[in-house]
Amino acid sequence: MRLLVGLMAMASLLAGCGSPPWNNPYPDQQAGGKILYGAFTERPKHLDPVRSYSAPEYAFLAQIYEPPLQYHFLKRPYTLVPLTAEASPEAVHLDADGRLLPQGVDPERIAVSEYLIRIRPGIRYQPHPAFAKGADGAYLYHALSRNEIARLDTLADLPKTDTRELTAEDYVYQIKRLAAPWLHSPIAGLMGEHILGFEEFSERLQDVAPASGSGERAFVDLRPLDFPGVEVVDRYSYKVRLEGPYPQFVYWLAMPFFSPMPWEAEALTNQPGMRANNITLDWYPVGTGPFMLAENNPNMRMVLARNPNFHGEAYPSEGMPGDREAGLLADAGQPLPFIDRAVYSLEKESIPYWNKFLQGYYDSSGISSDAFDQAVQFDAAGQAGLTEEMRAKGIGLRTAVETSVWYMGFNMEDELIGGDSERARLLRRAISIAVDFGEYISIFANGRGMEGQGPVPPGIFGHRDGEAGINPYVFDWQRGRPRRKAIDEAKALLTQAGYRDGRDPATGRPLSIYYEAMDAGPDGKARLNWIRKQFAKLGIELIVRATDFNRFQEKMRKGTAQVFMWGWNADYPDPENFFFLLYGPNRKTAGGENAANYANPEFDRLFEAMKNLPDGAERQAIIDRMTEIVRRDAPWSFGFYPESYSLRHQWVANVKPNLMANNTLKYLRLEPDLRERMRAEWNPPILWPVFGIVAVLVMGAVPAVVIARRRERSAAL
Amino acid sequence: MSGYIIRRLLYALPILIGVNLITFVLFFVVNSPDDMARMQLGDKRITEEAVSAWKADHGYDRPLLYNAEAEGTAKLTDTIFFQKSVKLFAFDFGSSDSGRDIGYDISQRMWPSLAIALPVLLVGLAINISYALMIVFFRATYIDVGSVVLLVAMMSISGLFYIIGGQFLVGKLLHLVPISGYDTGLDAAKFLVLPVIVGVVGGIGTGTRLYRTFFLEEANRDYVRTARAKGLRERTVLSRHVLRNALIPILTGVVAVLPLLFMGALITESFFGVPGLGSYTIDAINRQDFAIVRAMVFLGSVLYILGLILTDISYTMVDPRVRLS
Amino acid sequence: MPVILATDALIFLVVAVALGYGAYAAQHEHLRAPWRRVARSPVAVATLVVIAFYVVIGLLDSMHFHPRIEPMATAEAPPEPPVLPIDADDQTGTASTRAKYSTQVLSLLDVILSDLRERQEKTFSAPFATHLFVKEPMEQPDGSILRGYPPLEHGGTHLADPSRRGFDIAVRTLLGVIKGLLLWMALTAALVWLVAHARGQHYDAAARTMWRGRTDVPWRVALITLAVMLCTSFAAAELAAGYHILGTDKVGEDVFYQSLKSIRTGLVIGTLTTLVMLPAAVILGIMAGYFRGLTDDMIQYLYTTLNSIPGVLLIAAAILMLQVYMTNNAEAFASLVERADLRLLFLCIILGVTSWTGLCRLLRGESLKLREQDYVQAALSLGVGHGTIIARHILPNVLHIVMITVVLDFSGLVLAEAVLSYVNIGVDPTMNSWGNMINGARLELAREPIVWWSLAAAFLFMFTLVLAANLLADVVRDAFDPRLARVG
Repeated sequence: MRLLVGLMAMASLLAGCGSPPWNNPYPDQQAGGKILYGAFTERPKHLDPVRSYSAPEYAFLAQIYEPPLQYHFLKRPYTLVPLTAEASPEAVHLDADGRLLPQGVDPERIAVSEYLIRIRPGIRYQPHPAFAKGADGAYLYHALSRNEIARLDTLADLPKTDTRELTAEDYVYQIKRLAAPWLHSPIAGLMGEHILGFEEFSERLQDVAPASGSGERAFVDLRPLDFPGVEVVDRYSYKVRLEGPYPQFVYWLAMPFFSPMPWEAEALTNQPGMRANNITLDWYPVGTGPFMLAENNPNMRMVLARNPNFHGEAYPSEGMPGDREAGLLADAGQPLPFIDRAVYSLEKESIPYWNKFLQGYYDSSGISSDAFDQAVQFDAAGQAGLTEEMRAKGIGLRTAVETSVWYMGFNMEDELIGGDSERARLLRRAISIAVDFGEYISIFANGRGMEGQGPVPPGIFGHRDGEAGINPYVFDWQRGRPRRKAIDEAKALLTQAGYRDGRDPATGRPLSIYYEAMDAGPDGKARLNWIRKQFAKLGIELIVRATDFNRFQEKMRKGTAQVFMWGWNADYPDPENFFFLLYGPNRKTAGGENAANYANPEFDRLFEAMKNLPDGAERQAIIDRMTEIVRRDAPWSFGFYPESYSLRHQWVANVKPNLMANNTLKYLRLEPDLRERMRAEWNPPILWPVFGIVAVLVMGAVPAVVIARRRERSAAL
Repeated sequence: MSGYIIRRLLYALPILIGVNLITFVLFFVVNSPDDMARMQLGDKRITEEAVSAWKADHGYDRPLLYNAEAEGTAKLTDTIFFQKSVKLFAFDFGSSDSGRDIGYDISQRMWPSLAIALPVLLVGLAINISYALMIVFFRATYIDVGSVVLLVAMMSISGLFYIIGGQFLVGKLLHLVPISGYDTGLDAAKFLVLPVIVGVVGGIGTGTRLYRTFFLEEANRDYVRTARAKGLRERTVLSRHVLRNALIPILTGVVAVLPLLFMGALITESFFGVPGLGSYTIDAINRQDFAIVRAMVFLGSVLYILGLILTDISYTMVDPRVRLS
Repeated sequence: MPVILATDALIFLVVAVALGYGAYAAQHEHLRAPWRRVARSPVAVATLVVIAFYVVIGLLDSMHFHPRIEPMATAEAPPEPPVLPIDADDQTGTASTRAKYSTQVLSLLDVILSDLRERQEKTFSAPFATHLFVKEPMEQPDGSILRGYPPLEHGGTHLADPSRRGFDIAVRTLLGVIKGLLLWMALTAALVWLVAHARGQHYDAAARTMWRGRTDVPWRVALITLAVMLCTSFAAAELAAGYHILGTDKVGEDVFYQSLKSIRTGLVIGTLTTLVMLPAAVILGIMAGYFRGLTDDMIQYLYTTLNSIPGVLLIAAAILMLQVYMTNNAEAFASLVERADLRLLFLCIILGVTSWTGLCRLLRGESLKLREQDYVQAALSLGVGHGTIIARHILPNVLHIVMITVVLDFSGLVLAEAVLSYVNIGVDPTMNSWGNMINGARLELAREPIVWWSLAAAFLFMFTLVLAANLLADVVRDAFDPRLARVG
């Protein structure tokens, strides 16, 4: 008992002297630093800009590598602005004989479009050992011995670092890397269709460096190898040549695929033996951006630190209406970045992630917001979903409709549900009405989403708001908002199609339709039950065929599915990036991305015309016609446009969801002192239950001791 | 003795080959090399050429088990199975399908696993043994009955509840330790407290009950009765005779699991965000990274066999009557 | 139209084997004696009553059938929109007269609980709630939108005044308890009569000895447990008619219904897993110990190899394999239930593969010892065949080990199911199981305010079963293992 009292006294002492909270997962010496704390749920697979093609990876990469262009942080619709380039490049069109064509010429006549990109001089790379040179001017670490390499644990074990100015050569080098077959760039196939001579170059490279079998490959210097698609004009400018017109190309210039890559880095990391120590470009990025990867331990923690050589950039001074009121322009003109470090911890389970956010140990739901899905419920109006408690903590919320679409697809090559017959079309439309995505959003997305009306989500050219934008086959316009048609109308359609009460006239049984599910997560069961309920409204029996993702993909490729759900996340904000999902020659069964295998000649013709047009009334008219066609044919039930949101604590400023730009870390500002105060206030250690347990144990021990005494005495007798 | 160990190690070889074959077959029944390539390359804009290039680069362009086109022994050796398995026996795990070196990752992730598993084992052992001794001391009283009921109740609770409950109570409500995470060096201590407590508490039910039977068995032997009849105090009898003799089965049981401690606790590690081998395995299963899965299976089998051998050896050490044959 | 799923068939087989064993044991004193010891333990009797409730629910849930579909009223249908010509020829003929059955599979339990099954809400609602748990935009009569908690479609709708809910709950509980007690009294009377009859006692005398706890079998304990269980069940049934007593889940399904449906899954995993691999374990174990030499080596090699593969991995691979098989043969599995059932069976088998080695090794050791016994040696020298020796002398003498293993493994397997579901390699995600409930519910713990009832329900049901099974297993082991029986 005396011990207990002592412990209590000690605890009250500890609590009294204002020590940092016990449950702080970060070292105490970091307190007060301008450090952003975030989490990543899945370890990034690739940090080489040639390979990386996923949002969680871009969250790191985009802070490090700088492609020539970027998206404006505040402006909507999304606008491209120069990053390292002097200006956004304009396409120059040439005909088959290499003669210059005027702007606005018939796209048929364009043989080559040429982009000249000028970069700004004076930009330097982050400090990196690959640039380090000895007194004799030779690179220090480009020819290490086997033994030296074997001793390396991380790249930081090479003590000397240096930098170099960014040149046009580096950009060209990276484009050549895109073509290198051993780097498996996911966009190599696509670029092969557009960049002049890209495929031939790729084959040439295959011969230069044959497959190794072990995955390890000696350094191949791509600088002396040339192909017609790219050309270094001078130290600060380079040209890219495309086959025919491809106006969407400028968007690619804002993606990490087209970042600069210094050849020195590749020369360093491709020495034999480096791979065995995990020292590869895939894990050690080298860039010119505001941050550099200071610690790379994907098993535990990733740390971005300020790049001392950063060329400097100012916070944008223009925004959208409302941005100034929201305080987003308070820092206009200030030099970026505002924070010194960003620490991302591996957090695989959502409950700890969420709880640590509430305790103040994560600043915002930055990187992967999936984990927060469960936690917050709100409608389009915003704040309503935050609980009183959260608002009292000063947690803020920002939402934006994502540039992606989730849809329920019908395989058009299927006999029952697909095809161009009126019967199948009516069936698809009936299902489109019956599957109530409004309910889906409120149950599974916690109200974060907009019911889909067509293939193009809001924020992308071609999307229409309001009454003009509704899908008249599924919705009515009532009281100023779209309202899903009654289920009776769907039943009438079904009867018209020959399936009265959902019965198959051939057998008299309910129509059975197969649904391909790849849902295995905790929510899977609920989701499948829900979908079955939707079809049951029509009397249709939905048979769920659950598979893993691989199998699902295989089915989609073979076109053996019937009904499925899938989504598409835009690569760039252009309607072409959505309509191509329904373009006939792009069918999944033909190796494309058109998962519904939809093919409609008129639609395809319109698509070909639309994709080369500049935004404007003409383009809008074509898009309207295309939208009408797909609404009528209903190869998709346009599910919903998900809404992304970000939660942040009161000490985080300059957060605006930007679904195209990933390099937004540099805009973020923090108030570390406020954070320290709040953390201490929110996390006082509560010790009485511990003492309570000890007390219970002690009290329980008393009778035991009594018995023991008695026993000993009786034994002694 | 050393001859025996060598023999046992040689005997382990066919077992390891068998394990390898089973894993290999099971995995490739479900996963074709094409699947693996697509998994690694991502799902946007992937062409057939990219898939075959990946396979060629990673050595998955051979036949699986039998190469009909090759000559002589190459029929068996020029296959994915042979090429990918041989190196394992030299503990060269190669690089994972996503490009990282597996041996390096294992050597890094082994320590966090051990940092949880070892304290859980030791603290658990101490608590379970003392609790079991106490129960035996008070046998046939309400403490005995109550404790047994408590133990059975504790082992009837799913391990998931201990984790969820512990995290919720200690981490979220009481703010005593970080909810999850890990750090290197001494900083790791505050992260380890909760998983270790959860692990120990979760194991009390089974462990203490088992040890109680060991002690009871020993306490009813004739020599113990004699000792008691001689007038030795119960406390002395228990600590000097019962405990010492019952420690033999307890310790040999512990020896058997020692090597497996490296493998980590699958679920605890994922929940607490500890970068150990347990979460490594789960990740690999989820991402279908065959190279890691195979390496972990191989490692698990080796450690298991090691545990068997250690058990045998420890038997001879504590009981001279057992001779190794 | 009845349907017998694969696991159903096996469950019936298990029941048949259990009955057969009971009949066999009743005639052999050495088998009867340990069971008598079990029956005399108050703990065992109480747990048996609890387990019996679970088993009954599980069995009810194992009798499946295709529900009948009412034939289409084709002729007298109101004038319909023009039917497209494609299907016109299919409309007539064969289909009209014969009875039609849905491809849906229901069980007797589903029919009994059809109220619970069909009364779904939109999304979460707390236990005994009358309103949804989450705010929804509600359209007011004047067309404006208000955010609030909409009333439930089914739960508590019988209440005219929601403030009298407490009173209503009390009344229903009381009613349920009374009904339960009435049934209990009837059962007790029957039991007393039976006991009196068997002992040739007078009815009153039998009742008195029973009440004072002087019977060999602790009937008093059994009856008290029965009373508690019956009252709880009836009270739950009364309440469930008006409320969602354990709340509803994300898609508005009744959690109480899910918990009840999960019972079968738990029981199947607990029993079938050991039983599926039992023949292999017994035969191989005895063979290894009896024949020794090369046979022993091979069998030891087999189980050491299997044992050294980490179990989770083996299960993961097997489950993935099954999925591929089902994808490739999708036509063979008409309904979701059949697919889920096959996966369950497969899970049992693969869990069995990972767990049979322990039993096999025990049996090997025991057979090694038995082989050296005089009577076995004598039989051998008399030229009795190996098969006969194994069947006559070895097998009966190792049966108690088998018995103990089966009972001891049960609870561990029920618990294992939950863990496997967490790694996504457990039962089919569409199947009701406690593991799936926990797995789904753990994310909801992060919700504000917290959604706790799915987790609590799964915990309660699972804990009760596993606790009962563990307590019973203790008694059974003590009764069967003569070495341990003397201890303590």
